[in-house]
Amino acid sequence: MSVARLTLLVASLPALAGCSEIQSALAPRGPDAERILTLGLVLLVGAIAILLIVLVALVLALYGSDRWRRRLASANAVKLGGLAFPIVTLTILLGYGIWLMREELAAAVRPPALRIEVTGEQWWWRLAYLQPDGSRIAEANEIRIPVGQEVEFALNAADVIHSFWVPSLGGKLDMVPGRTNRLRLTAQREGIYRGQCAEYCGGPHALMALEIVAMPAEAFERWLAAAASPPEPVTEAARAGRDLFHRSGCGACHAIRGTEARGAVGPDLSRLGGRRFLAAASLRLDEDSIGRFIHDGQSLKPGNQMPEFRIFSATELRMLSAYLASLK
Amino acid sequence: MSRPDAPLPNDLPRPAGELERLEAAWRLAQGWRIVTAVNNTVVGYFYIATAFLFFVLAGILALLMRLQLAVPGNDFLSQETYNQIFTMHGTVMMFLFAVPAVEALGVMLLPQMLGARDLPFPRLGAFAFWAYFVGGLVFFCTLFFGTAPSGGWFMYPPLTGMRYSPDIGADWWLLGIGFIEISAIAGAIEIIVGVLRTRAPGMTLSRMPVFAWTMLVFAWMIVFAFPAVILATILLELERAFDWPFFIGERGGDPLLWQHLFWFFGHPEVYIIFLPAAGVVSMIVPAMTGVPLVSYRLIVVALIAIGFFSFGLWVHHMFTTGIPPLSLAFFSAASMAVAVPSGIQIFAWIATMAAGRLRFTAASFFVLGFLVIFTIGGLTGVMVALVPFDRQAHDTYFVVAHLHYVLFGGMVFPLFAAFYYWAPAFSRRPLSERLGKWVCGFFVLGFNVAFLPMHVTGLIGMPRRVYTYPAGMGWDGLNLVSTAGAFLVAAGVLLFLVDLARNLRPFGQAAGDVWRAGTLEWLPNHTYATRSIPRVNSREPLWDQPDLAREVEAGRHYLPGSATGRRETIVTSAVEAEPQYVMRLTGPGWAHLLAALFTAAFFLLLTVKQVELAACCGVLALVAIVIWLWETDPAPAAAADIGGGIRLPTYASGSLSHSWWAMVVLLLVAAALYLSYVFSYLYLWTVAPQHWSRNAAAAADTSSLPVLALAASALSLFLGHRFLRREGPHLTVVASAAGLGSLFLIAALGLDLWSHWQSGLRPQAHGHAALVYANAVLQFQIGAAVLVMAAFLIARIVAGKVDRTRRVCFDNLGLLWGYALGQAGLGLVLTRGFPQLLE
Repeated sequence: MSVARLTLLVASLPALAGCSEIQSALAPRGPDAERILTLGLVLLVGAIAILLIVLVALVLALYGSDRWRRRLASANAVKLGGLAFPIVTLTILLGYGIWLMREELAAAVRPPALRIEVTGEQWWWRLAYLQPDGSRIAEANEIRIPVGQEVEFALNAADVIHSFWVPSLGGKLDMVPGRTNRLRLTAQREGIYRGQCAEYCGGPHALMALEIVAMPAEAFERWLAAAASPPEPVTEAARAGRDLFHRSGCGACHAIRGTEARGAVGPDLSRLGGRRFLAAASLRLDEDSIGRFIHDGQSLKPGNQMPEFRIFSATELRMLSAYLASLK
Repeated sequence: MSRPDAPLPNDLPRPAGELERLEAAWRLAQGWRIVTAVNNTVVGYFYIATAFLFFVLAGILALLMRLQLAVPGNDFLSQETYNQIFTMHGTVMMFLFAVPAVEALGVMLLPQMLGARDLPFPRLGAFAFWAYFVGGLVFFCTLFFGTAPSGGWFMYPPLTGMRYSPDIGADWWLLGIGFIEISAIAGAIEIIVGVLRTRAPGMTLSRMPVFAWTMLVFAWMIVFAFPAVILATILLELERAFDWPFFIGERGGDPLLWQHLFWFFGHPEVYIIFLPAAGVVSMIVPAMTGVPLVSYRLIVVALIAIGFFSFGLWVHHMFTTGIPPLSLAFFSAASMAVAVPSGIQIFAWIATMAAGRLRFTAASFFVLGFLVIFTIGGLTGVMVALVPFDRQAHDTYFVVAHLHYVLFGGMVFPLFAAFYYWAPAFSRRPLSERLGKWVCGFFVLGFNVAFLPMHVTGLIGMPRRVYTYPAGMGWDGLNLVSTAGAFLVAAGVLLFLVDLARNLRPFGQAAGDVWRAGTLEWLPNHTYATRSIPRVNSREPLWDQPDLAREVEAGRHYLPGSATGRRETIVTSAVEAEPQYVMRLTGPGWAHLLAALFTAAFFLLLTVKQVELAACCGVLALVAIVIWLWETDPAPAAAADIGGGIRLPTYASGSLSHSWWAMVVLLLVAAALYLSYVFSYLYLWTVAPQHWSRNAAAAADTSSLPVLALAASALSLFLGHRFLRREGPHLTVVASAAGLGSLFLIAALGLDLWSHWQSGLRPQAHGHAALVYANAVLQFQIGAAVLVMAAFLIARIVAGKVDRTRRVCFDNLGLLWGYALGQAGLGLVLTRGFPQLLE
């Protein structure tokens, strides 16, 4: 079908134009996003055609021959152009749109391959991988999913309204306090897909992003299973960091599996070192940035809920960073 | 209907002193006392100037935002400042610029266009303006103190609730905007009564200019749409101030209730802004092509259809909230259906241009710009009306682009066309055609450079309302281009200001009909509008009666002077525009001005929690309103001869009176507000039904007392009504009935409230409890108004200003009173009966 080929062509445009494809509805990597792009193209072609018709009518009305102008000036032309034409085209478009929604309805019936609960909080994402045995594996801000499998995201909000949106994989869905919305996404290719909160949630709303990492199914299973056996710090600095972490009371807000840190206020740090980003995908993660965030968090992400901890010396920050970066 | 060759109503020469008497009645206050003026042309100038000021101010905010977003990771504006600025940009553009600007156009143009001397309630119009002026400026200035709201113009809770926005910013929004909406409603009532009752004799509805039609639909839409958001602001302010949990999910409220109420207003709002602009285009296109509008009737039907449809598609702003797919499909269909009436208008304008020859004036340039840009906005509107597409586009820069194409294209372009087109009617010099075309050029170029790329920016992932963005997302170049475009638009506005400074010369002898247009606003115009009021036989009277201007100016048409020595205009029937009576209009004064200032002070002081001072201002406002109203409803005078053998009474009561009409419209506003409440009540019941059944039994056994008190109040109303009609000294009975009856009403409301309190129900408990007490708030609002009006009536009876003919004061009280009884009864059924049904 030519629409599909056109979709493919447009999907490759961002890359040609040097745009990043990491967070683009024009670079679909999942069936939902693909369907929507196809619909968008149909709509775009239709819109351009209608615009041209209006423009041609306008130009003919201003500069056309007397015959054309007489035709356009009749009441029938108004009924044809303003009444019949839009009714026909809009009905067709609407039918097509509803036909597309039918897929979403059908999808809700199949059991998903994986369920992940995502809770929007000011200004990060709390994650829980729901296990078949009913247990939950806590994570934050970076979502790993198996490629090619349908994942159901159960979306909640803890405080204000947020919206979960990963354009390369599909459309967005709001996260409303007191409600659970369910969204299904499938990544067709391995890769990293960025998403961003799409409902204004106050303060650093602009810095509330996330990444979905689609990985091969076996690798994903291994990664998920590894959650059961938290790593022990190996280096001297990391061990010192661990002791400092617990001694300083970081565990009041943050949890690290297998340790005494069980705080539920802030993001779970059990596998922080394995993530690409810090602070809800707003700061590239390395040992240096962890320390900087602890010390200068309010200038790096103004308004975030974690106070700046200026009590630590540069050495202590290095130790803490070494420990947290070792948690993978 | 009079024949074209019928003799004119009045003969020459006109009696000596007639013109002088007319001029004396309409004399304008000089110097700074001009602020007391109530003439629609003076208030209209103030109104348009203020709205334009807010356009410039909010435009400057837009430039600041564009500077911040020009490059990634910019720190030109801080996060909090940016959040305040984008909130204020949207709020000011919508509430302080767009709605007031079109309302101002109505105030400025309608009386002249309809052949009236002024709007029917000149002081109410001036009151609405001054309230808006003071309230709007104070609201804007909060930005300079860093206390402006930062929750977005849509103010979604829970973000705007006390817990997540403890600062005063949200209160500024709720009280400030709530107050300005009240002013918009006052203007809407005046426009409805003005359009329906003060048209020139013979200007039937089917001869009415399309602009007047659009203003009529516009005003009705305000009447039904604004109450929803007023209720929402009342509820949210109650939640913030007293912890009544309407929007708190875990306590039996629901954040989505706000979205339903807000968009039930917010979507019609778009058409509220667009319709009058379309009306402007429907006036300019015929004038510039020299032929009547093609398909006038179809256009009128389209306008009314838009008015209806626009109330059925508020959910399309909520497509991504997780609403079930079936209702999404319905709202998707409704959203697309509304495109049809817009299509009709576009093709009718094109047809009109084809029927004549368009003169390429500055106004025509803006109209052509509007046609193309608005069409693009309408087409992207169809795109986002489809749910799947909207799930990608919603809350991204694609929507920012779409809404600006619709609003800037659909409203700002026609507004500038209106400036260039109507300036000669109100200025001694027209605006410069050459500069105007340059302004339009800057707009078309700058607008498209700024907003066309945003469609792409949004689709490649950039969400709205972000104060910064990282590099490497592919958004950098597009944003820089958009910023450049924004400054081109700003250059256009600057050029327009130059044109205004060079050519706009308000007051005094206007340049007049430079376009050879066909409608009445192009007749020679003075402080008293036209010298005489023409009989209208067609849609374009100036084209069909070539001598009309001369005849009108010579005083040969109706009411060429002042019959009673006061300001007057002719009241005509709503459909056929047959003359019914001569209305005496109020003149300049201080009372309405002070009333506006004190009302504004009341709301503003309440916001900063100066409750005692606010109460003082509230009382002073009430006093000023009473003084202002005391002069209205003058005693019946002798019948007036308006010419052509027509003698009209100078007083009317009952359903003939313009005041009765205004009261009925006001009651429709109140009913719309209360229906929004009923919706909220039932909506929260569907969300959290457990709180309903828990409280059902408690309130059931105490219903009888309030019902009895309501019955006593109704009986008093009936008695007052009967006794006013009788001859003789029955006015004491009427006064006592009004006094006692209003007290019975208050007693009924009080008993109801007391029994809820006795049953242990507290508004903080849960959503249902909060709604029960919110009902009391709404009921007491109306009850207090009945009480004040009853006191006013008693005072006028004592002063000898009421009798069986001079009874408008009682009629108005009776209407409000009857409504209050009905609403109180419905409230009882809802808060007491409904929970019992669920048992």
